[in-house]
Order: sequence, then structure tokens, then C-alpha cells
Amino acid sequence: MKETLVKVTINGKEVAKEIESRWLLSDFLRDNLGLTGTHVGCEHGVCGACTVLINGEPVRSCLMLAVQADGCQVETVESLARADGSFNHIQQAFANNHALQCGFCTPGFLMSLKSFMENNPTLPTDEEIREAISGNLCRCTGYSNIIKAVKEAYALNC
Amino acid sequence: MKPPKFSYLRPNDLAEALDLLAEYGEDAKIMSGGQSLIPLLNMRLSTPRYIIDIGRVKELHGIKEEEDAIVIGGMTRHVDVEKSELIKEKCPLLTEGIRWVGHTQIRSRGTIGGSIAHADPSAELPCILTALRGEIVVASKEDEFTLTPEEFFLSYLLTSLEPDQLIKGIRFPKLNKNSGYAFEEVARRHGDFALVEVAAVINLDKDGKVAEAQIALGGANAVPFVPLETEEFLIGKEPNETILKEAATLQLEDLDPEGDIHGSKEYRRYLTGVLLQRALHTAVKRAREGVVV
Amino acid sequence: MAQYVGQNVKRKEDYRLLTGNGRFVGDIRLDNMAEAAILRSSYGHALIKSIDTSKAKDCEGVIDVITAADLEGKVQPFTEFVEFTLPPNLEKDIKPIIKKNPEPMLAKDRVTFVGQAIAIVIAENRYAAEDAIGLIKIEFEPLPVVTDPYESVKAESTVIHQDLQNNIQSHFEVSVGDVEKAFNQADHVIRARIKTPRVSGNPLETRGVVAEYEERTQQLQVWSSTQVPYMVRSYLSKLVGLVENNIRVVAPDVGGGFGPKCAVYPEEIVIPYLSTKYKRPIKWIEDRLEHMQSTRHSRDQVHDVEVAVKNDGTILGLKDHFLLDNGAHNSFALCCAYNSAAHLRGMYRIPNYDITGQIVLTNKTPNVPYRGAGRPEAVFVMDRLIYMIAEKLNMDPVDVSFKNFITPEEMPYDTDLFYRDGANMVLENGDYPGSLKQAMKIVGYEQFREQQKEAREKGKYLGIGFSSYIEGTGIGPHEGAVVRLDSSGHILAFVGSSPHGQSHETTLAQICADEFGVSPDQVTVKAGDTSLLPYGVGTFASRGAVTAGSAVHVASKKLKEKLLAIAGEMLEVAASDLELQNGKVYPKAMPTRFVTLQEIALAAKPGPRCKVPEGMEPGASATHYFVPPTVTFSSGFHTAVVEVDKDTGFVEILRYIVVHDCGRVLNPMIVDGQIQGGVAQGIGGALYEEIIYDENGQLVTGTYMDYLLPTAMEVPVVEMGHQEFLSPRNPMGIKGVGEGGAIGPPAAIANAVCDALKPMKIEINTLPVSPNKLRSLIEEAELQEMH
Repeated sequence: MKETLVKVTINGKEVAKEIESRWLLSDFLRDNLGLTGTHVGCEHGVCGACTVLINGEPVRSCLMLAVQADGCQVETVESLARADGSFNHIQQAFANNHALQCGFCTPGFLMSLKSFMENNPTLPTDEEIREAISGNLCRCTGYSNIIKAVKEAYALNC
Repeated sequence: MKPPKFSYLRPNDLAEALDLLAEYGEDAKIMSGGQSLIPLLNMRLSTPRYIIDIGRVKELHGIKEEEDAIVIGGMTRHVDVEKSELIKEKCPLLTEGIRWVGHTQIRSRGTIGGSIAHADPSAELPCILTALRGEIVVASKEDEFTLTPEEFFLSYLLTSLEPDQLIKGIRFPKLNKNSGYAFEEVARRHGDFALVEVAAVINLDKDGKVAEAQIALGGANAVPFVPLETEEFLIGKEPNETILKEAATLQLEDLDPEGDIHGSKEYRRYLTGVLLQRALHTAVKRAREGVVV
Repeated sequence: MAQYVGQNVKRKEDYRLLTGNGRFVGDIRLDNMAEAAILRSSYGHALIKSIDTSKAKDCEGVIDVITAADLEGKVQPFTEFVEFTLPPNLEKDIKPIIKKNPEPMLAKDRVTFVGQAIAIVIAENRYAAEDAIGLIKIEFEPLPVVTDPYESVKAESTVIHQDLQNNIQSHFEVSVGDVEKAFNQADHVIRARIKTPRVSGNPLETRGVVAEYEERTQQLQVWSSTQVPYMVRSYLSKLVGLVENNIRVVAPDVGGGFGPKCAVYPEEIVIPYLSTKYKRPIKWIEDRLEHMQSTRHSRDQVHDVEVAVKNDGTILGLKDHFLLDNGAHNSFALCCAYNSAAHLRGMYRIPNYDITGQIVLTNKTPNVPYRGAGRPEAVFVMDRLIYMIAEKLNMDPVDVSFKNFITPEEMPYDTDLFYRDGANMVLENGDYPGSLKQAMKIVGYEQFREQQKEAREKGKYLGIGFSSYIEGTGIGPHEGAVVRLDSSGHILAFVGSSPHGQSHETTLAQICADEFGVSPDQVTVKAGDTSLLPYGVGTFASRGAVTAGSAVHVASKKLKEKLLAIAGEMLEVAASDLELQNGKVYPKAMPTRFVTLQEIALAAKPGPRCKVPEGMEPGASATHYFVPPTVTFSSGFHTAVVEVDKDTGFVEILRYIVVHDCGRVLNPMIVDGQIQGGVAQGIGGALYEEIIYDENGQLVTGTYMDYLLPTAMEVPVVEMGHQEFLSPRNPMGIKGVGEGGAIGPPAAIANAVCDALKPMKIEINTLPVSPNKLRSLIEEAELQEMH
């Protein structure tokens, strides 16, 4: 099988790997780079657990080939905590508000929200927050604590 | 759920892309944003020998203003359209409708050309393009030409695009300043494929009568449907709820939606009437607000 | 001394999960690990004439392809899960028919549902394994398919398992009082057929198994995304014939369970077996398409129910005959079916009650318990009946409820039947009328009725609906805890009940911390590993807090006593004069003279410096297995306020209120989280989710495009009211809470929709209330009005 060279910057580090062109970005991150924080929930682009940022924008890494990420900046959940290991504002707000139970979907929410908060710097309405996370499924929390956490994350970020 | 084997081809410009299509098109799938194609690959419902990734074809990116239309490159992503101030000003129906496409994470990869080429009758862009009487700019190694939506959309997931052709761009006519427009959609959940949807543009004359009506119904037929008789019915009338209600149900018999677990044929047909009435109501209201007396 | 129990202690689990450092089964990577993919039946019912794996075996990267023939004599089939067999007194009382229904690991000569495993490819990676799956050739001979339970029970129906003679796998009858007499005395009899369709628990993490066999020591290590690691170990040992102690099953971070991961699955037996055969670690991660087909579904009950009432709304008796369509197999005895029978009367005093349940087989995926396990179905029946009675008698449904509630004065209330665990089913305490009153107050019932009237005049359809439940929670037979002080003075608590989102590491640490007077940070809770304790049961049936919580509580007390005894020796003070606080033990009279927990831990070590009193074993550890006398009864009242778009048939939930009693609350934030999450799943079942098969047994809802899980746009913030009636059945007074949220929503929402459209008198007796279905009901009603 012919392999293609992929060069990406992942969480600030440049990586170059030969990879089968059919490999999904999600598998590339998890299996080739060991970044297992990005979870795979449905592999048809509905659940959002695999959400990562490509050049700052949220995408479903199960709906992208690794070769398509060539030349891109990729950010995963592993990049969120501060250098000393402490939480960033979104993580902190999630912990404060019990916004996760099993935690499987959580990395996808965090990545979607990172981009959302950067693009919407002032506190949005509940309805806007709901829409922002509507591409991420959570089966445990019933979302209300996630919405609370987003609001707190705005406050923490001030 | 992993893609099958394929050979991956990644042209850097339009000429190279068209060359590859001319050579491999019969056995190839074009990948633009991949948001419809990759699920099909993951489920192994599509097993092309070649994938031609047009992501780097720079000629296909971008939003340009022409005299009477906005021309959007085939590889332009939904998110770029959504955020475009130019489009918001000149073609607000598109701005309003594009927010209904999937979720943010889909819109940041999915492309305008990809959505048009996929030709899902319940997708938003084909419906909006049809309502606006826009055009599809098609390119092949041999030539370049434009098609109307009626010429382009043949049936459910089927277009007139030949294996050696790709969508270079899409022309969305500008709305005039006083146009009232509306986009109505219902889906089981937010972000799901529409059960049905309606895009409508209404222009009123100075007496408040309908001068122009452009309507398209999505999800109601195998291709976006233009209810011509309804449009004609509205012309010259001063719209009120009775007239809009009559208009909305005038052509329901002409609709032949696919029924499925989310909505039967009959329900979708009926629902189209409900949404059409709502869309006309909004469009007329906006047209009235916009009319400079 | 409760300092931490009852507090919103932040979760200890969160750091790893929020930083991408969780470890789910799919995250495990081992040297030389192979990956498996599974070929599943595309037929609902067919004979397998031949299987040709030769091309697949030649495929690049493929190690081997395994079919049923390769397992013969090596791996036994599943029969029933003995954990769910009936206790003898219950068996004697209801004399059920339960036929053994063995399920093969891989289909051999016949498939009975779409998604049944037929062959396994082991390859270097999943991509290669899937390539080979496509190259396996199977010749099927299709057989007649039965998907309708009413067709399935007919004498002329195709029989799915010949040795069972027909498709009725189980049958039981329960009778209380004199139903015939009650019906003779009734002013009205109301009849209805009420259906709760098939749904799927659908945790966001699919199932998955990784197995590694170490030949040198004959140790088999298995990681599985399961709710019941001990059960996996037990069946692995039994069915593959391995020494149980040589198997270690670990449930690492588990991405949700909800019931479907409470069964032992063929993959959990076969993948480990194959790792012993090929001497390589093997990983199988279910994909979502497999999950929809092969991970067990649930619910799917149809009730034909009759209720006898007096003119004043008093319910005299209730008769019910129901079918549970269990798909192609049932390994859970009467679990959900009997739960439905035991809980159907709920909060209501119905002295005369006959119910017959039949578990019927069809060509669908087998069913297992899912959050609520037979209770949402029962509540949907009972609370729809309350609304029907109200409609019939022109009463307010609330008044029908008040008329029939079991009152606090009647507690403890004997329901006159046995619970599933064999004990008399006695509701220990609670205030049901009080919970409804509280719900009415929160929602502002009187104002709502005004608002509703005004809205209706403007063509807006608002409605309110109630539902109520009781739930036997914290079922046995036992759960254990080992609590230990290590040499660094840190406290460890090991439990057999493994979490998948329930926050054991936090709540159990709170319990432990209170006993030792330390912070929960000084307690580490470990679970989900069969090497921690010899016995364990699991996390399901709202039992974690009740059973594991009680075990930790008692084991902590035992250990504390021992530590005080050791400290007594060290300080030469009687243990009864000592106090343990802030990690120090000191005489009550002289707090400055103390020994630390670390010093006690060192003094607990055997040897010359040991200070353990004579007669006690050395070591700073205590074990307790909590064996509940029977279940504890949680309860709750749900209220939905909806707006119906009459033109489109769409329902919007405007408010949702839950008033509930789960006894002692260990951590309010976590309890509220369980309720909110449960309600979200209940809303799914009420408005969106349904597993649908076509007449050929093909699964129509096989993807997330068709099977609709609620998103943040569909789930409102649940407003909560709390009652706290401590259960006398465990030392802390805990009642279970995990499932409650999911039990009420279908009935409350359906009732609210009916209430919104009250002028049209529509009846909703099946779920989900989809816009299409609701529009059809509205159209029918409008047609009727015209005639």
C-alpha cells in the first residue's frame, strides 16, 4: 500500500509521518501519535466526540483523512491544560459544574467550545450556547451542567 | 468503519485537477470537504479506486462579487459563506439558510460545491440556489459552461455532472434591496437533514402587490421543486393570509417526497404547505418593511 | 461527623478525563497487538449453507479468520445468566415458565437476527481486518422472518428456536386480591393497548475488549468496557474452562453503560479465548454500526390493560396482559418483565391486581435491561391510565392521583407480592402526595391553568403532564469493600461495583473520609478490577451508592475500630477514650498527645514493633460485604410543560420538573446530575428514539442519522425538588438514584401533549411522540370533529 507523507503541527509540535492515505485523522492521532484523548464515538460525523481544531476551527476528525491535514495546525484536548498542568478556564468550569460524568464525549465538547469562545468573546445567550454544542452528543449529563459550565468559563476568562 | 483502499491524488491547480479527472474520472470520486463522502467511505458504501482531493486547487476557493451575482468557488466552505459580510448584504437568504446546514463542525469542512454536487434534495444549498435561479459553473478539461439547477439536478443524489467534470463555482444572484426573503425548515432535531424546507423571495410593487415570487421546495421531490403555478398565482395579488394559505396549498399534489421513518410521504407533502405559508408570510412581511414608498 | 457526605465535593475523576488522560478500552495499546473485526449477519433469519474464508485469509495483514467451527469444543455457548434466576420462594409463588435459550458465540448453521456475529477476522490493524471481512463469502438460505410479537405467538408462526417448540420463551402470572370482584363493582372499565417501543441505551463509548495472555504464568488479562467485570470473569472461566484466578478483568474508564453493558457478550468470551490461542494481545472495538445492531436493545413491551374505577375516581382493580418482545434470545430470566409487573401500580393503592407477562422471541437483537429496566414501560401504562380515567370522569388528573395515592400513614406499605429478590415487596417510607404537591407548587399549577386558557385563545397549545414512579433500587445479592490504610497513611477503598460515570471515586471517598476525619483527597477509591476483591457484582439497577456505599461505610467503621485499638496500644489508652480526627488519634481528654494515621499504619505491620492488640490480625485493613435485606424504594414525581405546534406536530418542552426521594444524598451535585441525565434519556424515549425493524428483520435505524439521541437543543434544564426519607434498609439510609430520571419522562410528556390538545381528545398510547405521528392523531381528531 502506497503511503503518503503527512506533515502537521500538532499541539504546537511539528510531526512528519508516512501514512496510508485512507487513514482517518482520528486514527492517525490516536494510533500513530498516541494522542488518545480524542475519542471516536460514531465514525460517521454525528456524535462529535472526535472534534479537534484544524487551523483553529472545529472539525470532526473521523470525517477527515490524515492526508488532508497535511500542512495544518491541529489542536487536540491534550493541548488545553496550562504548562504547569493546571486546567484552562473551560476545563476548570467543567470540573466546577459537574459537566461530565463518564467523560467520553468531553474532549469533543472542550474543543468545540474553545473555538466557540474565541469566536464569540462576549457572553452568549443560553440558546446560542445550546446551538454551539448541538453538534456534540452527550448521553450522561443531559447538557444542563455543560451550559452552566460554559457560562462560568466566560466569567473565568475575564 | 474504516475507509477501503484507494489511490489518493491531490492536484495543486485547476488544470491538474481537470487532467486527473479526464484520466481517472470514471473510477474516481472527487473529495472536496469530504463531509458526505467520508461517511460513505467509512461505511464502505462507496469504494472508489481513486480519490481526487481538490482541497488545494486555489482557483476553486473564494467568494467574488459580480454585477448581478455572488460567485462562490466550489471549494469554498460553508463557514466562509456564513461569515461573509458581502453575502449577508447582497444575498441574505443564503446567509440565513446556510446556518441550517449540519453543525459548526460540518460547516467548517463542508463546501458549497460539495453540497451542490451531492444533490441531496433535502439539503439547504440546492434549495436556496434553485429559489434564487442561480447557476452552476461546470469545468472539464475540454470546456467550461453554466447550468441551471433544473439542468443540473436530475434526481435523488444524481446530477448531470460527467465523470471528467467538476463544479468550478456557483452563481447566486443578488437580491434587490427591497426583496423580502425567507428560509423555513423543520428537522427532527436541530442540525438533522430537513424533513422539508422552503426558500422564498418576494418582491412587491409600489402598490404592495406581488411583482415577483421565487420559491423552491426542498425535500419535497427528488430534486428541489419550483412551484411555478404558485408563483404565477401570487403575481399581481396583494398578499393577505387567505391568499398565502391558498398559494401554499396550490401545488401540494405535484409533490412526491420520499417517505421514511421520520416522515411519511403524506406528512412531508402536508408539511411543505405549512412551511410554505410561513415562508411566504415572512417574505412578504420583510418585503413590506423594505419597500421604500 | 458527616463533613463530606451531603456536600458538593468536586469530582476526583475529572482531572484525567478533562485533560485527555482517561484510559478507555480503545486507548489501550500493547506491543504486538492484533485487531479484530466481526462479520455480522445481514439476514434476520436464515440458514448458513456455507462459509468460505479462503480469500479473506489470504488478504494482506490478516492473521486468521475464525468461525463457529473453530470454537467447537473450546468455547461453550451462553445459556442463562444465573445471576438473574429467580429466588426459590418467588419461583414457587408465581410458577413461571422460563425456557433455556442458549446463545452461540458465533452463529453456526443459522442466524436469528441482523447483527449476529458469524466470523471474526484477526489482522494487523482494523483497516486490514475490515478489508478481509468484505472477502468472506457466505451462502445463506433465507427463512421466514418474524418481527411482530403478536405474529410470533401465533401457533402458525415460524419457530425461531426449534427446541423451544414455540416463540414464547417465558410466561408468568401475578395475582393480588380479587380482580373479578373489583371489576364487578366498578362504575367504569377503561381498556387500552399501550406500547413502549424498542430503544437502545447507546452509551457514547461503544463496547470493546482487549485481551492479553501471558503464557509464562497462564495469566489472562482482559480489559472490557463493561458494567460487570466479575460476571465477565465468571463466564470466561466457565465457558472457556479457565482457572478463575488466572483471569483478571478490568473495566478501565468506561464511557457510559446504562444497562446494555450489563450483559456478558460473545466478544468478551471469544476475544480473550483467541488471545490465548494466538498468543498475541487482541483488541476489538465495536464500531457504531455494530453497536446499533448487536449491542442489546431494551423495552419493547405492549400492554393490554383494563382498569376498574368508581365514579369518584377510586381505582378498584387492574388487569394487564403484556408481551415483551425480547428479540432472538433471552438470557435474563424475568428481569425486566417482572420489574414491570412489580412496579406497574407504582405509587397507587390498587388492592386487586392481575398481571400476565409473556416474553416473546422475534428476529431482532436480544433485549437486556436499560436504565429503568421495565419501569418506564410500567409508568407509561399506569400514568396514561390516570389521564384516561380523568378524561372519562371529567376530573383533573391530579385529583385522580390524590384519590389513589398510598399515603404516608400507610407506610410501610405491603404490596402483597414478592420483589424480584424474593423478599416481600414493602415500600418502606415516602410521601407521595407530598411530592405531587411540591411539584405543583414548583410549576405553579393554578397559574399554569390560567396561562393555558389564555394561550389556547390565541391558538397556542400548552399542556401539562405528570408521571410518578417508585423504584426498587440497590438490589443484592451483595457488594463488598476493602478499606485499607497504607504505610504512607493514605486510605484506600476497593469496591466490586465498577463505575462508568457515576462518580464512585468521589462519593465513596466522601463516605470514607467522614469515618476517618480526613479529606476525600486522602482517600483513593479503586474499582473495576477483579484483582481488588474476590467477589463483586457491578453497577446497574441504581445499586452503586446503596450497596458499595454501604460496604465502604461499614468497612471504614471496622477499620476505624481497629485503628483505634492499635492507637490504644501505642498510647496506652483504652480505645474507647480515643478520637480520630484530621488524620490523628488522640485521647479525648488530651488532644495534644496523638499518633498519626501513618504511625498507626506502621504499627499495624507484623513483626516485633507490631502494636496490633492480641486476638486481631496484623495489618490495617478491613473488609465488609454488604448484603441488603431487600431493595430500597426511591420515588419521584415528574412534571412536563409542553407547547405543541398543532400545524407541524412538533412538541417543545418548556419546563421539566422532578421531585424525588433517594434517601440520604451523598453528593447533591452528583445526584442532580444523575437526574438531569436520566431525564435527557427519558426525553429521547418520549420524543425521538425508536429502534425500528422492517418486515424482513432489517434494522432501519442503524446509524446516528436515524436513531436520534437528544442534543442540547432538545433537553431543557430540569428543575428539581428533593425529599429525603432515609431508608432503614442500610446503615446510611441511602436509596438509589441512577435510573429514576429516565423512568418518568415518556408518561409525563405524553400526558402533557394530550393535555395540550385536550379539546381534541387525542390519546397517545405509543412512543415516541414524533411530529408525523402526532399530526396523524390531530388529523384523525379533526376529521372526527367534522363528522
